[in-house]
Amino acid sequence: MKKYLYLQDGTHFEGIAFGADTEIAGEVVFNTSMVGYQEALTDPSYANQLLTFTYPLIGTYGIDLAQNQSTGVLAQAAMVHTLENEPGPDGLTLDAFLKQYHVPGIHSVDTRALTKHIRQSHTMQAVLLNAPLTSDFDTTYQQLFAQCKKHPQLGHSTYPAKPHAGTTPHVVMIDFGTKKAIIDSLTDFGCEVTVVPYTADLAMIKNLHPDGILLSNGPGDPADYDVLPLIQALEHLYPTAGICLGHQILALANGAKTQPMAYGHRGINHPVHAADSLHAIITSQNHGYMVDPASLTNTDLVVTALEGDDGTIEGLAHKWLPMFSVQYHPEANPGPHDALGFFTQFKQLMEKKVAAHA
Amino acid sequence: MPKNQNIHTIAVIGSGPIIVGQAAEFDYSGSQACLSLREEGYRVVLINSNPATIMTDDDIADKIYLEPLTLDSVSAILEKERPDALLPTLGGQTGLNLAVALDDAGVLARLHIQLLGTGLATIHQAEDRQEFKQLMETLHQPVPESLTVHDLPAALQFAQRCGYPVIVRPAFTLGGTGGGIAHNEAELKKIGQRGLELSPNTECLIEKSIAGYKEIEFEVMRDAAGTTISVCCMENLDPVGIHTGDSIVVAPNQTLDDPTFQRLRAASLQIVSALNIQGGCNVQLAQDPASDQYYIIEVNPRVSRSSALASKATGYPIAKIAAKIAVGLTLQEIQNPVTKTTFAAFEPTLDYVVAKLPRFPFDKFVTADRHLGTQMKATGEVMGIGTTLEEALLKAVQSLELDAQMQTTLLPKTTPSHAELVAALEHPTDLRLFYLFEALHQGWSLEEIQAHTQITLFFLHKLQHIWATLVGLQTGTLTAAKAVAANQLGFTAKMIAQAADTTAEVVAALLPAPVYKMVDTCAGEFASQTPYFYATAFPGENESQPLGNSILVIGSGPIRIGQGVEFDYTTVHCVQAIQTAGYHAIIVNNNPETVSTDFSISDKLYFEPLTTESVMQIIDLEQPLGVIVQFGGQTAINLTKSLVANGVKILGTSLAGINQTEDRHEFEALLAQLHINQPKGDTAMNLQEARQIAPVVGYPVMVRPSFVLGGRAMAIVHNEAELAEYVQKAIAAAPHQPILIDHDVQGMECEVDILSDGQDVFIPGIMEHLEGAGVHSGDSIAIFPPQHLTAAQQDQIIATATAIGKAVHCVGMMNVQFIVADQLYVIDVNPRASRTVPFMSKVTGYHLAKLATNLILGKTLADLQLPIGCAKAPAGVAIKAPVFSFTKLPGMATGLAPEMKSTGETIGLAATYPQAMQKALFDSYHCTLPQAGDILVCSAEPAAPLKAQLTQAGITIQVFAGTPPTAKPWAVLNLDAHQNTASPLNYYALSHQVPLFTSTATISGLLAV
Repeated sequence: MKKYLYLQDGTHFEGIAFGADTEIAGEVVFNTSMVGYQEALTDPSYANQLLTFTYPLIGTYGIDLAQNQSTGVLAQAAMVHTLENEPGPDGLTLDAFLKQYHVPGIHSVDTRALTKHIRQSHTMQAVLLNAPLTSDFDTTYQQLFAQCKKHPQLGHSTYPAKPHAGTTPHVVMIDFGTKKAIIDSLTDFGCEVTVVPYTADLAMIKNLHPDGILLSNGPGDPADYDVLPLIQALEHLYPTAGICLGHQILALANGAKTQPMAYGHRGINHPVHAADSLHAIITSQNHGYMVDPASLTNTDLVVTALEGDDGTIEGLAHKWLPMFSVQYHPEANPGPHDALGFFTQFKQLMEKKVAAHA
Repeated sequence: MPKNQNIHTIAVIGSGPIIVGQAAEFDYSGSQACLSLREEGYRVVLINSNPATIMTDDDIADKIYLEPLTLDSVSAILEKERPDALLPTLGGQTGLNLAVALDDAGVLARLHIQLLGTGLATIHQAEDRQEFKQLMETLHQPVPESLTVHDLPAALQFAQRCGYPVIVRPAFTLGGTGGGIAHNEAELKKIGQRGLELSPNTECLIEKSIAGYKEIEFEVMRDAAGTTISVCCMENLDPVGIHTGDSIVVAPNQTLDDPTFQRLRAASLQIVSALNIQGGCNVQLAQDPASDQYYIIEVNPRVSRSSALASKATGYPIAKIAAKIAVGLTLQEIQNPVTKTTFAAFEPTLDYVVAKLPRFPFDKFVTADRHLGTQMKATGEVMGIGTTLEEALLKAVQSLELDAQMQTTLLPKTTPSHAELVAALEHPTDLRLFYLFEALHQGWSLEEIQAHTQITLFFLHKLQHIWATLVGLQTGTLTAAKAVAANQLGFTAKMIAQAADTTAEVVAALLPAPVYKMVDTCAGEFASQTPYFYATAFPGENESQPLGNSILVIGSGPIRIGQGVEFDYTTVHCVQAIQTAGYHAIIVNNNPETVSTDFSISDKLYFEPLTTESVMQIIDLEQPLGVIVQFGGQTAINLTKSLVANGVKILGTSLAGINQTEDRHEFEALLAQLHINQPKGDTAMNLQEARQIAPVVGYPVMVRPSFVLGGRAMAIVHNEAELAEYVQKAIAAAPHQPILIDHDVQGMECEVDILSDGQDVFIPGIMEHLEGAGVHSGDSIAIFPPQHLTAAQQDQIIATATAIGKAVHCVGMMNVQFIVADQLYVIDVNPRASRTVPFMSKVTGYHLAKLATNLILGKTLADLQLPIGCAKAPAGVAIKAPVFSFTKLPGMATGLAPEMKSTGETIGLAATYPQAMQKALFDSYHCTLPQAGDILVCSAEPAAPLKAQLTQAGITIQVFAGTPPTAKPWAVLNLDAHQNTASPLNYYALSHQVPLFTSTATISGLLAV
């Protein structure tokens, strides 16, 4: 069966359908990683995005459900050059996995041409159809998007710390659509984690007696989240850290601005270095918005890390509050484990406060 | 970090002559690194004894020493040049060993020479088995358990403790002979005993076997600031047990999920950081397919064959960046030369698949043991790039130039029995890919194949996909849809036609033109200008826009016996001359080890098979002004006819001229017309005809197939009894082609390269061979200028070569080979640049390939200020000597014969003939000139003239009695007609590092020096 991809600017691609036979709408983006397709597809930050993989062979080692980063496939669609039907450890293929989660895919697409188009014309809206587009794009997009818009299921549960030398701080994670790996990393580092939705109120969070607050990753425009008063209150009360969208929201809460990027950073090969250092690490990234450097001027934020190629802000810290954040994904999954130091740093931040209280 | 301002001159040691395991990749990495250092403003002094390299070109370094790579020789150069620093990690193991020797000898300290890049302590830590093991323990990185034993009980005890299977590695045996895998106590008793007996010091390493694990390699870069990146991860299709140089390798990794991949990446980066590497480093790991367990196999703390492959696979130039790191720059400040908009501190990402296939020499070394193991045996490699693994793999198969039938049917040439097939799968040889297809052909299930091979199912699925497609083509009628689908998986029109029993033309008409995609290191994320392209039959956007005003140069493909790095040299020079002349130069080649496939060399690089089909597709797109075939060895020449048939304009000597030299009958007619002598000969199509012809031309006769390389299947036959064997071999080497049978004239062999504008001929000089015509010219010691030819003989050679050049209207260059006997005979003309071009270019100062390119582009000799006739020889003497890789290829025939055996060459340059010969011997036969008191161990009593010569020189002759001599001899001379590396005398010589000679002429010639 054929499948049809139409972009907002009129460009279209034809390919072959796989996964679910549904039609969807969303924002078209590309990811340059050569491994970790499953982690990406289940990353809630990809919610409402049609995910193009630049690496041509996707599905080469199947699916291992234990690696899911959330309760489902949050990406709207998988768009690949060649679909591989290799089974995972339990016999599950990518195709079957997408069918199971009602997510459509398209293969036999010149994904390099599509990627270059996104690079040149920037991230834009798209629809993925089972038949050629007959009505106008905007109408189709709006109709479809209204039906298929996804909201990450937000957590509200507690995870015990795993055996680890040292303290066992209690982290309350403000969930905007977190990846499972962030929770796993925190518990691996000996933290007890309580996940609460970003809609939780201050009193409820206070009642949990956190040693620290972590703002998770999540999809979309950080400015769309109505949480700044809560965050402002929390960062004055507890050591606070943010990852990806959490970083952007912390920036907003401290008076900075965010802005959309041309085509974002989505891959696992992004160099990041401390603002004053020649030592870089390679990081996993997935963001389409960034903190506007000019907007930091009258804030109490300082830039702690930058992307090596385009100089995007990759890390912020507060001048006097125990708060810091990173734009990249230290929890990896997918991606390199070069940035795990983030969790050590967060733990140290909480321990200092714990020590101060004692 | 700013670059090091305290140093000005940097010495670089090359890797010397090419041997199995150390090939053209070091010319690529070395020349890139030298240019990179010069770009930063340093003065570079280069030492290398291999003349057939780009790195020894004038414009690569500020000062070049074509000198032996011995401690004395290099010390003397350093003494004279007083460099501030030495960069030791670019010249393979040879360069590294020399750096260690220089340090041990105190030379570096005495001359205050600083070592750049990765330090010697690190190198020792990575290469010393014990130190490495300790470091891995400290880092909690697992290595397979192992124990060195000197008796069987110790081996059994170890195996009992760590569990079977275990690998037995006998110490100091030739190419690891005598080793093996023991699955139980009984097997260990047998293999262990044999290993201990074979080892000269009764020593074996017993190692827990991880054979069957997935073999994974990481190419890692690290700078002085500690930034560590993985440039490329490669996965071997062959599981652990086969040397990675002999393995089928794909990039990127295919079957590792993210947690596994990141675990191995993190381990590699941790090790590289702990070793404090500053530059490039290769880490090899083994991954258990059934669990999370992995092991570190080894670490190579330098640029390597794998780093060359990774550079070509990703576009990220590892050697170039490693050189910049060595002088203190950090990855974050070094620009990514591919995108020019980003930096070197990132990890390349591919949006295509790469498959590397090794090229083995067994088509020529038919007696050598073809089984693959931990000792590398390949001489070269090819790389295929595609958008699917199937396409990449089949493109690599097309690039092999192995056997047209196998490359088309994908099956071995003879159908194996079940037992043979099982053996071929369990004990793989160079032909394993074809045997895997054979198993599919015979209906084996993938599970069965996996049980016998341990190859990951994903790869077997890919092979099955290819095979099912082939079967689909064989069944029913060929539809356009079927042809297109097969084409998208990498099937060529020729393959489709063969399978569907039709013609390639019919199929070609069904197929759309391929599109070309760019290799850009970043999967299209950033705009790049890299002129590096590959074709895919998958429909989509074509990214390669025709250059216009372009000339296309055909490269020489994989390095093999008879067609080595020298043709990469000539290809690169041709391209440079084209560019200087104001045209765009386009290269087509498929060898990832070479300089010519570096995207910065040409205006556009197409990394494609060198087949008519692939080349024509490029020509159809680019519409070049013409194609040059003279610099890509026989590979390019063999394409000429079909390109002309497709209406392509060949620049330089015309096809008619080429045929006059390549077609036996035309060649005979040409020589007869010019009154030039040729050894009496005739052609036969079968054995019966050969039996009639041989006595007429007169025994001994030389038997050889036409249109093959490097004397393949060529032999001297002394009587009718021997004739059948060699005629059959010749028929097998070139089916349906005539067999050439010539009288074998005894005399001195000489050769010249000629340059011509179609009117006049220029000859840079005459080379005289130490050995006679019975020894392939590539295996002979060549001497320039001639030491034993009379002026009259030289004049006749010049006149004869000139006459041939004029008669065939040579435009560009040719190579003419002679025998000087009772009269002058011409034995061969190659209508192209020959093996001797780099040697003669460096010795005479005439850049022959560049000059020839200018002639091809329409210049005259006068335009180039070249004289007519022979150039005046410069002062001094130059010797080109062969280098063999006998120790790497157990079982191969060792006797020098018309079939070429050497893998590389070295140069000796000096004021006098004896000095030059001595220098050439250092890196070729690894010996000094014979002196009074030396011992020569012979297989039998030498013939009277040689015996007299030896006696007169005061050299003791010992006839080998089967037991090793008590005193270490100067050399061994094996005169047996049938001999190989396993012959007791040769085995003794090769395993005790005693120089091995097999030709009376060589010894006699050396005594006469």
